[in-house]
Amino acid sequence: MSGIFNSSIGRKFAMALSAFFLMIFLLQHFAINILSVLSPDAFNSASHFMGTFWVIQYVFQPILIFGVIFHFVMGFILEIRNRNARQISYAKNNGSANSTWMSRNMIWSGLTILAFLVLHFIDFWIPEINTKYIQGDLTGLLPNGDFRYHEELVHKFENPLRVAAYCLAFIFLALHLLHGFSSAFQSVGANNKYTRGLRGFGKAYAIILPLGFIFIALYHHFNH
Amino acid sequence: MNLTLKIWRQKNANDKGKLVDYKINDVSPDMSFLEMLDVLNEDLINKGDDPVAFDHDCREGICGMCSLYINGEAHGPDRGVTTCQLHMRMFKDGDTIFIEPFRATAFPVIKDLVVDRSAFDRIQHAGGFISINTSGNTVDANTIPVNKHDADEAFEAATCIGCGACVASCKNSSAMLFVGAKVSQFALLPQGRIEATDRVLNMVKQMDEEGFGNCTNTGACEVECPKGISLENIARMNREYLAASLKG
Amino acid sequence: MALDSKIPKGPIADKWTNYKNHIDLVNPANKRNIDIIVVGTGLAGGSAAATLAELGYNVKAFCFQDSPRRAHSIAAQGGINAAKNYQGDGDSTYRLFYDTVKGGDYRSREANVYRLAEVSANIIDQCVAQGVPFAREYGGYLDNRSFGGVLVSRTFYAAGQTGQQLLLGAYSAMNRQIGRGKIKMYNRHEMLDVVVVGGKARGIITRNLITGEIERHAAHAVVLGTGGYGNVFFLSTNAMGSNVTAAWKAHKRGAYFANPCYTQIHPTCIPVSGDHQSKLTLMSESLRNDGRIWVPKNIKDVEAIRNKTLKPKDIPEEDRDYYLERRYPAFGNLVPRDVASRAAKERCDAGYGVNATGEAVFLDFASAIQRYGKEQAHVKGLNENDAALVKKLGQEVIKNKYGNLFQMYEKIVDQDPYNTPMMIYPAVHYTMGGIWVDYNLMTTVPGLYCIGEANFSDHGANRLGASALMQGLADGYFVLPYTIGDYLSKDIRTGKIPTNTPEFDEAEKNVRDRINHLINNNGTHSVDHFHKKLGKIMWDKVGMSRNAQGLNEAISEIKTLREEFWKDVKVPGTNEELNEELAKAGRVADFLELGELFAKDALMREESCGGHFREESVELDGEQKGEAKRDDENFAFVAAWEYKGEPSDAVLHKEDLEFVDIELKQRSYK
Repeated sequence: MSGIFNSSIGRKFAMALSAFFLMIFLLQHFAINILSVLSPDAFNSASHFMGTFWVIQYVFQPILIFGVIFHFVMGFILEIRNRNARQISYAKNNGSANSTWMSRNMIWSGLTILAFLVLHFIDFWIPEINTKYIQGDLTGLLPNGDFRYHEELVHKFENPLRVAAYCLAFIFLALHLLHGFSSAFQSVGANNKYTRGLRGFGKAYAIILPLGFIFIALYHHFNH
Repeated sequence: MNLTLKIWRQKNANDKGKLVDYKINDVSPDMSFLEMLDVLNEDLINKGDDPVAFDHDCREGICGMCSLYINGEAHGPDRGVTTCQLHMRMFKDGDTIFIEPFRATAFPVIKDLVVDRSAFDRIQHAGGFISINTSGNTVDANTIPVNKHDADEAFEAATCIGCGACVASCKNSSAMLFVGAKVSQFALLPQGRIEATDRVLNMVKQMDEEGFGNCTNTGACEVECPKGISLENIARMNREYLAASLKG
Repeated sequence: MALDSKIPKGPIADKWTNYKNHIDLVNPANKRNIDIIVVGTGLAGGSAAATLAELGYNVKAFCFQDSPRRAHSIAAQGGINAAKNYQGDGDSTYRLFYDTVKGGDYRSREANVYRLAEVSANIIDQCVAQGVPFAREYGGYLDNRSFGGVLVSRTFYAAGQTGQQLLLGAYSAMNRQIGRGKIKMYNRHEMLDVVVVGGKARGIITRNLITGEIERHAAHAVVLGTGGYGNVFFLSTNAMGSNVTAAWKAHKRGAYFANPCYTQIHPTCIPVSGDHQSKLTLMSESLRNDGRIWVPKNIKDVEAIRNKTLKPKDIPEEDRDYYLERRYPAFGNLVPRDVASRAAKERCDAGYGVNATGEAVFLDFASAIQRYGKEQAHVKGLNENDAALVKKLGQEVIKNKYGNLFQMYEKIVDQDPYNTPMMIYPAVHYTMGGIWVDYNLMTTVPGLYCIGEANFSDHGANRLGASALMQGLADGYFVLPYTIGDYLSKDIRTGKIPTNTPEFDEAEKNVRDRINHLINNNGTHSVDHFHKKLGKIMWDKVGMSRNAQGLNEAISEIKTLREEFWKDVKVPGTNEELNEELAKAGRVADFLELGELFAKDALMREESCGGHFREESVELDGEQKGEAKRDDENFAFVAAWEYKGEPSDAVLHKEDLEFVDIELKQRSYK
């Protein structure tokens, strides 16, 4: 067992596990965000719960941060190793003949998503941490007594450049997921005649979820 | 038809190597790709030049010796064939054709288009067998019934010819389709289950030591494999490996 | 030296058992001190190397390919025979023995063939235990098919890739021993001489094909499993690298070469498409189970087909000549390989060949498609008179049976065989002749063994389908490991064989001189130029049908060509690099000698038997008029040739064949 994460298959497995975790997180994130369109009140209470419940804050949040960092770092390690496995490249390589653009460019879609995450942290996470743990305001309220979450969200989507960046990032997320979803299943060994349906589900997930996020961003941009 | 060939020439393992242009005329569409190279070589010899070295033997698509990367694809643009079964009718008059060796750090170039694929042999030395002596003192063949479905799947995996197209096509130079096929071939049979744990651990360990890259499931290997070895074999190897790691 | 086949005494069924009970054995501790060289890693060499290593000997194995798994055994399609009688259809060791001797046209050694049949069942057990994925029935038991016109279903198979699967089995057994260090494997090494010390084979000289290094390897015994010499014809179904060099060097060092003229010409190969052709591709014989062979009856139709103004399927039934069905009503399209091949040649020589080169006949699946289609329509309760439906259903059946072959044909020829008849022509496929060996598989050089296709022993003048794989594995797994032990038991006190002896010096010098000559020759023609010329002489005059005049011409033409070769061959590059032209030059030089001996042997054998057809020896009247005529009175012997310098000086030694357990009969397929 000890050597497993030093082996090629072990690394694949780890990559897939962190991917599963992130995909579930994404689903949960989406579920809360879509409330901002459906019901600002529900969104506010959900956000407040997530932002103040200690299990989420002190158990899941660190795991999530670890998961994100792990997925990226492992991705980079694998990329470097893979590049070393072919030191002289082909003069002519027709990759599109045998594989999808998405599958060959996970590192680039991944890096785009990483860039987006930096923006996202600056936009939401750092202000949250600042408000809650540096200024010590755990009420989640605006001076007028309303919850601040929905207000802040809407405010962020005023800038069209930011909205464009968000949309672009989610397109790359879709591309990343289009390959990543089924790839993760393949890595853990789930590929046989019983798992054909998973691929369809994976495609749906990879397209619908990022589209949903894009919809939320555009909705707030144009409605407020 | 008349063609321009851009062929990788490299005197030996230490030479830097480069692409060299050759013109070849009156190529018949019925020629196989290697026969076209035979004609080029005959020409080069008559001119006093060094002929192009390339690996080939059976020329009927089964020995796995031929190994050219043609116009950016292992074994060229046709599907389900090795280089020796690729015919010139796949090309058009006036085409420029790039011919390169299978490239991977684990497959060093020996000369021109010839590479050293002994890494594949070493992976099999590590576990590509069932430990049974060939004394003939085994049980009667029919005392080991095998589910037909499993036997057919084992056969499908065992049709791998070990050419290395999977490694050459993979953007990561991963050997997992090859190793997956070898692991599966035995894992699917009751005779092979007995050593399944050690086999997969040892073969994967050797694979990693040889310097192959990591599978990122692009599926290029399956598309370019002349024998259509399925990606399911990689998934099976992953399962076998994970289960073996937990056990051992 | 008189030939002693060393056949054990006693009834044929007990010979092998008695033999095994009385041979000397080597104890395990002593085996560790004994080295054996195995050259060639196909079914015979690979299985021998693995088994000898398991027994405890130190094995050095050599192959010219980049991996032992690439040996040409891998290309065998159809299957492997074994007298298992799993089908309960009356098969037995005796019947397999009988079929093999009869199929070989009574020119093989009874005792060897019986042993082959006896161990055949063991091969299947062994291979299954090794994990060879043979075809199975739904109940999980092994499936069989009938093959090559015999009356029982005894052929085990793995789709159309049986050779591949068996070779991978032997290779996996080798891998295990390589991993344990008991086999030291030398890939990309070519054997260039046998070293004989004190009358015994004690080593070989090899060339490292990558670096050009000439190496000495010593051992207590040397085993050759180096395959057949079909490439003497230039075009054959053999791999490009298949060659006679190892066997020929052994011959030059004292091993007699037996029956070189016995060649199997396989009737169902894809025809030659042009001068660029480098090799021929075999289509499994099983195609003849459903395909009907024909050529047009009228020359004008032949011409129209060649001009592409007429499509073969537009020729009406009455204008087609189904010549095998016409000549051999009892067996029809399923006559043995040699008969089918000669009949195709006869039609093409008469001008009825159906492609541009005039060397092709049709193999037509239209009636099988009709028959199967109607059957399927009936089974499924559909309209049997709906032509389109019947055709579609029939094509599906054919696809299930032969899909991979049809696909291969389409890739090579660019015609769709489901809709237009295939074109086929005979091609050189297997050589029954080879190094003479005794019952122990030892050549006339003590300590030098020869196994598999490289030896002559089991197939007589014609080999049955699915028997080559059987012989290779029988020799390597089950026969040689016993017989070589008996010989080596006398060598336990010999100690390591040194390589710094005059014999090694002389052999190495020979090899170097020859290479230097070839490299420095600076002639005007490439190696292939000479090889193609040799092939043409062989095919035209020593091919499917031979006569004294042609053979005499061939002998002198080959001799002249050989002289030209040595004067005028051009080998580019140097020895100290990967130089395929140099390797090829050495092989072709040996083919140029073998070719002459081959023709000389064919000239000496004034009878027709199996694959050897002498136009002078045919039935003159009666039902069998025009068919091959065997001459048991004068030619029931193995012709073993002793090397004396030039091939023309070779001395003939006869091993008389005695048939005690089988009565000699004329083969009849009428």
